[in-house]
Amino acid sequence: MRDVAIVGVGMTPFGELWESSLRDLFVDAASLALRDAGADHLDAIYVGNMAGGQLVGQEHLGPLMADQLGMRGVPSTRVESACASGGAALRAAFFEVASGASDLVLASGVEKMNDGADVTGVLATAADQEAEVYHGITFPGLYAMIARAHMAAHGTTLEDLAAVSVKNHRHGALNPKAQFKQEVTAEQVMASSMVADPLRLLHCSPVSDGAAAVLLCPLDRAAEFCDKPVKIRASGMATSAMALADRHDPAFLDAVHLAGNRAFDMGKVGPRDIDVAEVHDCFAIAELCVLEALCFTERGLAGEATRAGETTLGGRIPINTSGGLKSKGHPVGATGVAQVIEIVEQLRGEAGARQVKDAVVGLTQNMGGSGASAVVHIFERV
Amino acid sequence: MAGIVGYGAFVPRNRITSEEIARQWGKDPATIRRGLMLEEKSVPGLDEDTITISVEAGRAALARAGIDPQLVGALYIGSESHPYAVKPSGTVVAEALGIGPSVHVADFEFACKAGTEAMFVALSVVESGRAKFAMGIGADTSQGAPNDALEFSASAGGAAYLFGQDHLLVDVVDTYSFTSDTPDFWRREGEFYPRHGGRFTGEPAYFKHVTSATRAILDRTGFKPGDFRYVVFHMPNGKFPLAAGKQMGFKPEQLETGWVVNTMGNTYSGSSPTGLAAILDVADPDDLILITSFGSGAGSDSFVLRATALLPERRGRAPTVRSMLDGRRTYLTYGEYAKYREKILVND
Repeated sequence: MRDVAIVGVGMTPFGELWESSLRDLFVDAASLALRDAGADHLDAIYVGNMAGGQLVGQEHLGPLMADQLGMRGVPSTRVESACASGGAALRAAFFEVASGASDLVLASGVEKMNDGADVTGVLATAADQEAEVYHGITFPGLYAMIARAHMAAHGTTLEDLAAVSVKNHRHGALNPKAQFKQEVTAEQVMASSMVADPLRLLHCSPVSDGAAAVLLCPLDRAAEFCDKPVKIRASGMATSAMALADRHDPAFLDAVHLAGNRAFDMGKVGPRDIDVAEVHDCFAIAELCVLEALCFTERGLAGEATRAGETTLGGRIPINTSGGLKSKGHPVGATGVAQVIEIVEQLRGEAGARQVKDAVVGLTQNMGGSGASAVVHIFERV
Repeated sequence: MAGIVGYGAFVPRNRITSEEIARQWGKDPATIRRGLMLEEKSVPGLDEDTITISVEAGRAALARAGIDPQLVGALYIGSESHPYAVKPSGTVVAEALGIGPSVHVADFEFACKAGTEAMFVALSVVESGRAKFAMGIGADTSQGAPNDALEFSASAGGAAYLFGQDHLLVDVVDTYSFTSDTPDFWRREGEFYPRHGGRFTGEPAYFKHVTSATRAILDRTGFKPGDFRYVVFHMPNGKFPLAAGKQMGFKPEQLETGWVVNTMGNTYSGSSPTGLAAILDVADPDDLILITSFGSGAGSDSFVLRATALLPERRGRAPTVRSMLDGRRTYLTYGEYAKYREKILVND
């Protein structure tokens, strides 16, 4: 396989973007990525999108987006893995370039969630309909059960959960693209409206519109497009039981663990080598579980590590310097690609006030459902 | 110069608290109170509707004007809860007030801004010289579906404004309307309750129209936010008008007098007109007043008004808004509320 680099990035702001449709969002992000690299053509496009059909009645995003971008004729495919669609799109693009089949491939993600749909109901289609959703549960409920299981197994506290939100909002306040650019206090988090006990409003990522796109090419051609290419060192993916009740331990995200191990093996690095990571904090408890599944902390100690500031900017391993899904926003199909853009900017040294000093190796972790699909990528400054 | 020669408001006596509604649906009352800034709302009695509210408010307006109802040449009622789908509310109200039959009457609908729309047209009729006096009323017994966020706000009440050329209580300095096709909230023919676009009703609908209309009328008149003693914006909940005011540089003390929503609820077409009535109940001569309504669909009407020396002399002729909000009230249980709002369906 060839080495692959990211040579261009582009994303829209995340938020309630009432003036932009699904296609507008994609075109904005994709155009920015092409301009960033100075590229004028593409060999292929992957569009990560979870629920265009349900949210805005639009499927068949491959040709639609290629056409809207002015790339009619280019192979273009929509990739879906629920909230991990963006990460899965990057993985498909990565292998297409690595295999030698294509040189210039756009990996993108897009979601238009604020357009009148019943978003909670739509998102719930990423859980197991027969085992879970028909019985009435939605994702806040599933993650609340994960939180309860984690509390019971490891003594994780409400303060631990609040610390995740406080930290991510502190980071997001420094990100001009973030949906919520303001800090919150632990007291505000713990007094916010109850959503699904013990998860409160400020433990939950918002409903967002947005798109993100990155341009991939073989590493040996990267200099044609970019001064600071970022190498994709590894890609790992794994799946687990769709239904939470079918997992061996509901407080442990085994697909994330497996995807992480596959990426670490492929990249020949370990958790200790990672300087900065973007992880899938759709709910505060998810970030804690992911830190443990990726072995950034020991099992059961992620809450303590977060409260001790180990995962904050300037800490041992800064997590979600973009603000994470919580503060930056979570347009589900776009999230996995937006995570990559944050890491690319960190490794280019262009993250401004959010810059992690001397970051060389970064990681993204994106997951679908309650963790039934997980994608992990590792990146390296070259 | 045309202006307001009489005004009046009416708020029914029944109330239900946010806490009682929250309890019914297993919601957290503290969250509602904090999130929507609503303590309680008015509820129409079984024999109260847009027509009876309009008659009460119209009577008060005529009393403050002290004119012969026969001189009123136009009557317009804005509401989204006219009791009949076909048959005007205005004819009943005109008859009850002793207006007509030599009168032009129409019912208006423009979601929550039908009241200021009626006021705008009544003012125009007087300005054009087609009628000596014209009345514009905004009144509603608003609908909110059970267990919808609207149920905490949708209430009952209204206000009437009588326009004329002389003996003005309030000068109308300028008006401005801002309208666009923005489908944020609607109720189709035959449906019991309105539907809405959730958060779409906020930024692109309420805030865009309220701030655009307000900024435009400030531009047209050359006034700055600080020039106004009192300001009232449409009140779909407690939070929106305060946030809109803050965005545009108005201070809480300019807004608080007309901000009656926390104990009245959202009287839809009657909302900002009733807030204005509460302001006229206390305004001093020469006070500059701004009102901006909002109606989903969507549009906003702005009026810049100036109180005259006659206003304090005349306002004692009818009850104040505060006397109705703070006076004798009857608190309903959710069950009584469901009965009064005819949410309990029975066979004929």
